[in-house]
Amino acid sequence: MRNLIAFLWKNYFFFLFVILEVAALFLIVNNNYYQQRVFINSTSDFTGNLIEKYNNFTSYFALKNANKILVEENTRFYNMSPKSFIKTDTSTFFVNDSLYTQQYKYRSAKVISNSINRRNNYLKLNKGSLQGIKPDMAVVATGGIVGQVIEVSDHFSSVMSILNSNARVSAKLRKSNQVGSLFWDGQDYKMGKLVDIPSHVRINIGDTVVTSGYSYTYPEGRIVGVVEGFNIEEGESFFEVDVRFSVDFNNLSYVYVIQNLFKGELIQLEQSDYTE
Amino acid sequence: MAGKHIIQFFILLILQVFVFSNINVYGYVYPAFYVYFILLLPFETAGWLLLLSSFALGLGVDFFTNSLGINAAASVFTAFLRPGLFRLLKSKKEYVPGITPGVGDLGFRWFFLYASILIVLHHSALFFLEAFSFKDILQTLHRIIASSAATLILVLILQLLFLKQNKR
Repeated sequence: MRNLIAFLWKNYFFFLFVILEVAALFLIVNNNYYQQRVFINSTSDFTGNLIEKYNNFTSYFALKNANKILVEENTRFYNMSPKSFIKTDTSTFFVNDSLYTQQYKYRSAKVISNSINRRNNYLKLNKGSLQGIKPDMAVVATGGIVGQVIEVSDHFSSVMSILNSNARVSAKLRKSNQVGSLFWDGQDYKMGKLVDIPSHVRINIGDTVVTSGYSYTYPEGRIVGVVEGFNIEEGESFFEVDVRFSVDFNNLSYVYVIQNLFKGELIQLEQSDYTE
Repeated sequence: MAGKHIIQFFILLILQVFVFSNINVYGYVYPAFYVYFILLLPFETAGWLLLLSSFALGLGVDFFTNSLGINAAASVFTAFLRPGLFRLLKSKKEYVPGITPGVGDLGFRWFFLYASILIVLHHSALFFLEAFSFKDILQTLHRIIASSAATLILVLILQLLFLKQNKR
């Protein structure tokens, strides 16, 4: 026993190294499992507050561009509002139309931290569970989709951006309605890859890629990007399509968090399919 | 003397989180500049202190960058290799207590070799842990080279700045 202690003591530098590495690896592995939703401390209010203070300072530099985007968006909404249409038929009247029920609820949020230079990128938003944000909600910007909420604390939330090896989005070509799977290969933050498009489909460069709405997370028809190129491996029956994201991930300041109000119902229905 | 390193610890942590982690060149460069702290600890630093302080620094960076464990593991790895590297790298001067492994005490050539080896090892650990596979090895190597070069340049600039100040 004494020899053992003497041996451990003599080589404590090595054993301490091993212990610390094991602790670090434990943290890494536990955090890489997105499904386990392990408590990540960086969503906690302390670091969130610090990052927000820093962001309050730096966000002044992005104001000009953020304003421009907001004005453009306002213009679009004004164009859609009933006031911008002339009433041509005065005999119509309104009824409470039960055909339409709200399915998606939007909440605006500010990006307080963001990265594009890692293999797994995350954003942090200044709204959390107290403002109604829940895990799995979709996050979109004015130009297109951004990612998915993975954790929330009281006042902040963490978003897994599409620029992440764990992110997969069900997307389709708007023209042909062919559905595939979109992911990021870790190289250029402006480009994503769309796979599983069968080889008989006609693809043109410049075709729009939109969300399919199959995942219950993103509403259908949200713009993802445009086709920039495509190729097919010898002997394969599926295309690999290069998609240029319509959102500039390096320049995000305000985003919308989308809640699917029917999600619970849809999941319940899906589960009852399997239990039979 | 110890106080200087404690202050350095916190300054580097803040700089890393708010400045260097946000640097974006080609989307490939992520300078882990905080490794400067591990490089510049004095020779007589006890082994446990070297390992534990490196672990704490890496973990601190991880808390802010959503990469829990990755920077901590790489830092401990780097700290562990440091004493071995001292034995490997010969110097005209003896490694006596009181001198730091910097340009001022051991000369530019020695420091350049020492810093570049440790920085490359640190970034290798960092990016392979982040990728967690050898699948995209070319991409990972690209990241390692670009980021190590950026970190090395920053470390050398800081060292030369301090050298000038001391000579005055």
